[in-house]
This record gives sequence, C-alpha cells and structure tokens, in this order.
Amino acid sequence: MKTAIIDLTYLASAMLFIFGLKRMQSPVTARSGNALAASGMLVAVVATLFIQEILSWPMILAGLALGGLIGVVLARTVEMTAMPELVAVFNGFGGLASALVSGAELARYTSGDAVGFGVVSAVTIALSVLIGTVTFSGSVVANGKLSGWITGNPISFPGLRVLTGLLLLGAGGAFGVMVANAPVFPEAPGLMIQGAVGLAGAALLLGILLVVPIGGADMPVVVSLLNSYSGLAAAATGFVLDNTALIVSGTLVGAAGMILTVLMCDAMNRSLANVMLGGFGGDGGDGTGPDVPEGKTVNETSPDDTAILARYADKVVIAPGYGLAVAQAQHEVRELADLLEAQGIDVRYAIHPVAGRMPGHMNVLLAEANVSYEKLYELEDINPEFSSTDLAIVVGANDVVNPAARDDEGSPIYGMPILNVDEAETVVMIKRSLSPGYSGVPNDLFYANNTKMLFSDAKEAVAQIADAVKEMEEA
Amino acid sequence: MLDNLIIFVLAAFVGTEILTKVPQTLHTPLMSGANAISGITVVGALVAAGMTPDPWSTWIGFGALVVATINVVGGFLVTDRMLKMFGKKKASPASVGAGQTNGTPE
Repeated sequence: MKTAIIDLTYLASAMLFIFGLKRMQSPVTARSGNALAASGMLVAVVATLFIQEILSWPMILAGLALGGLIGVVLARTVEMTAMPELVAVFNGFGGLASALVSGAELARYTSGDAVGFGVVSAVTIALSVLIGTVTFSGSVVANGKLSGWITGNPISFPGLRVLTGLLLLGAGGAFGVMVANAPVFPEAPGLMIQGAVGLAGAALLLGILLVVPIGGADMPVVVSLLNSYSGLAAAATGFVLDNTALIVSGTLVGAAGMILTVLMCDAMNRSLANVMLGGFGGDGGDGTGPDVPEGKTVNETSPDDTAILARYADKVVIAPGYGLAVAQAQHEVRELADLLEAQGIDVRYAIHPVAGRMPGHMNVLLAEANVSYEKLYELEDINPEFSSTDLAIVVGANDVVNPAARDDEGSPIYGMPILNVDEAETVVMIKRSLSPGYSGVPNDLFYANNTKMLFSDAKEAVAQIADAVKEMEEA
Repeated sequence: MLDNLIIFVLAAFVGTEILTKVPQTLHTPLMSGANAISGITVVGALVAAGMTPDPWSTWIGFGALVVATINVVGGFLVTDRMLKMFGKKKASPASVGAGQTNGTPE
C-alpha cells in the first residue's frame, strides 16, 4: 500500500515536470511552468519524507538545510553574465549526486540493508557512477574555462588521445569487473567495491581530459552536452533504485540537453565529434591584433559619427556577441536603443544561436537590461531584414557575422549560418582591435566598403554613442 | 527492468516532442530549469542518507543530499529569477529606471 502511494505521488511529480516544461514553450507562460516543476519536486520530496520511515532526521534536515542555503545564496548572488558558469556548476552537482546515490546504494547492498543484487544492478550502478562522475569532473573544467581559472584556449599535450583511450579501456575494465562479480556480491564484496572505486577514478580523469582540449567558444556545445549527461545520470540512478520519477525526469533533462547540443552544433555547421575532438580556436584575440593586410583599408569611425548615422536611420539592427557579455554592455545598449526608439527609429536585435557561451546567453543578458524578448530576432527571421536596414551595429561579435562562412568555400568556417549584417547600408563594428575571432579566421567584413570600425571597449563605445545621440537632441 | 526501459524510451519521445518547441530566447532558463528537475536524485539521496542503518550509505547519501538540494533549490530559484525578467513587457524609457515592472502573463 505504502509503495503504491509513493509510486502514485512520483507519477504526479513526473506529470508536473512535463506540464512545467511544456510551459517553457513561451516566455509568457515559462515562469508559471518553472513554478509547476518546482511544486512537482516538492511533492516528491515530501512524499518520500513522510511515507517512508526515517531513521535519522538530523542527518536529513542538516543535508536539506545546508544544500538549500548554498542553493539560495548561489541563485541570488550570481551575476547574469556569470550564468554559464553557474549552469556548469549545477550540471556537475547533478552528476555528482547521481554517482553518490548509486555508491550509497552499493553500500546498502554490502551491509545487507538492501537485498536482491543481480547483474542488472551491477550494470545500472556502474553506468550511473560512470556518467555521473564524467559529468561532474567535466563540468568543473567547463566552469574553470568559463570563469577563467583555466585558460579558454584548447589545452593539448602529446599523448592526450592515447591517455584518453587508456582511461576508456580502464573504465571498461572496471565496469567488467563489477558485472563479473555480481553473482558473488555481497558475500565477497571486495572486487565489486574496488571496481566501483576504480571506475569512479577513471571517470573523474576522463571527464577532465574530454573537456580540456575544447576551446572556450565551443562551450555552448559542451555545457549543453553536460546538461544532457546530468539528466542521463539521474535516469541511470532511476534504474538503480527502480524509481520511475527519476527515470522520467532524468530522461526529460537528457532530451533537453541533447536537443540543445544538436542545435548548437548545427549553428556552427560542425559535427559533435568535431567539437569534442577539440583543438578548435581559443578565447579570441589578445587585444593587439594583426596589421591591415596589403591592398585593404580600414574605415575608422568615432562614437559621434556613429551617433549621427544612427540618429538619421529608419531601421537599426544590433548584433551582440560574447564581447557584449565580457564588457557587460547590455544596459548601455538598451539605453541607446531607447533613445533611438524615442525618435521613431525601428531598433531590433539579431541573435545568433551560438553568440555567447551558452544557448540563449545573449537573450538572458538583454532581458536583464529590460529589453523585450519581442525585439530579439532569431537568425532566420532577421536575415531577410538586413537589406532594408540602414545601420547594423555589431557589438563584440565576430565569427557569427563573418561573410567568409557564406562566400569562401576554402574557409574553415564555411557553411556556418551567419547574420548577414554586411547587407545593411552601413555596418559599424565595435571591437577592440582587428584580431580575428575565436576561430582564428580573418574577417573581411573589417575591410568592406560599407563597414566602419569603432575601436573601443563595447561598454564605453555604446555609452559614448548614446551620449552623442542625447546631445543631438538637446542641441 | 523491461518496464523501466519502456518508461525511459517513452519519456525520451515525450521530452523531444515538447522541448524542440522551446524558443531560442528561453534556452538558458530551459537548461537551468531542466537542471533543477534532474535534482530529482534528491529522492534517492533522502533514502540513502536517512533511511538506512549502514554508516557508509548514510554518509555518502548525506553528500548526495547536499549537492542534490543545491541543484534543486538553486536551480529553480535562478530560473525563476531569469524568467521574471523575460516576463517583463517592454517598459517605456521613462519607467525603465524603476525597472521592477514584473511579468504579467497575458
């Protein structure tokens, strides 16, 4: 009877999760969807606490209080620009929790508290430990690359691939030891536990080695993939515990992450394998940049001139990139847009799917600055608009507006869908230097006849343009 | 076991069906929200930490409970913080300074 009640409450939770996620399909309903999913979680936790027999309340209350407190502080204090870092941390915790729960389950079998261990138990526990631990250490490295305590450039050393291969073999071996020892467990637990610890160790290193060779700008793919893994780890733990709620929710999260991973790869026209093998590009230029190639000229411009262009335009499109996040220029951009709109100028934002460091990164930053989501246009919606645009302002974006991706078959980024800003009457690129983007591919847009370069920090430049527009109004 | 596998496959279909329709603008909150949902492992952690006499299981379970709770609480809260911003309708330039016109679902 008790188990029936618990199973039914878990079913209710799973349904609330599905309804909640469905409401994520629109910004209008998304917030209530999140609340619905949270209530599903509450139902599951309360049911578990009150229907099952608790032996140690202090332990549980301490764990909930400690975790809850850290969670509240993290959620409240994080800057919107640091959202990719936080999501990476949460991915890692999700993986770690799954691996630990499976480890604890193994301990329960060892002590005789749980019975009925079989080959299936060994396989599911091993899977959960493997995926969970890889997710954890991979996310720690991803967080390091995003927040800068690990270099954003791809890290590689001779023998990296060989070492990764050996670790995979080691993990496979440990996996095999666990499965082979299933029939004699828990009577002879030694090899099973050694196998599990060995598997966790190999997985820990594997997670690190899988992420270090990947360049900072490929992080949207990595974060999405780790998101997917954290869900799959929870689903695997659901198999271990024979718990439907975990299987359903874990699988939903796994699907979400996988969809985003595929979207991000498509937006770069690269395969997942290509991204994971790494070595592609670093964090972008060092701020000095190369000289102007022979036979090409750069048209430099000033904030005042840009303000005049903007003020007399009918339609302005702003294309933000990672540079906007680094400079934290979202508020200045919104301020400029407000000033222009007050003059009846049509201002829109062109958002490339991989602009920034995680899916939807630019959207979150602009939402923080109070920009309505209705002004944010996706790639396929904004591209037909550029030919009728008077001024395109590129703020801290580079590769995602590089015409070589469209026109130059020999270019490494050829085939990647780009924002066609070069079709606008005039393009102003706000950039610190002529350095190429993360891909290292030179950008001919810098030297195009209709492009003007504004060499400056994004935040400073946009603020100066806004000031100049203001002065024009007052004059 | 077979039942679980069937549930897994069906959930994967449902998830793909629902989530491909999420617009790009909500991809970050989708990730953090989904992440909070994957904190459902907290249920397993509760059993491990508080419902078994074995000390190993209890302590490993305690660790799991702490990190899973961080995920759940932090994940849902931070998602709500983001979605609160998305719900905002375009504020007029004059009232932008005040900033706190919270979302009004239609």
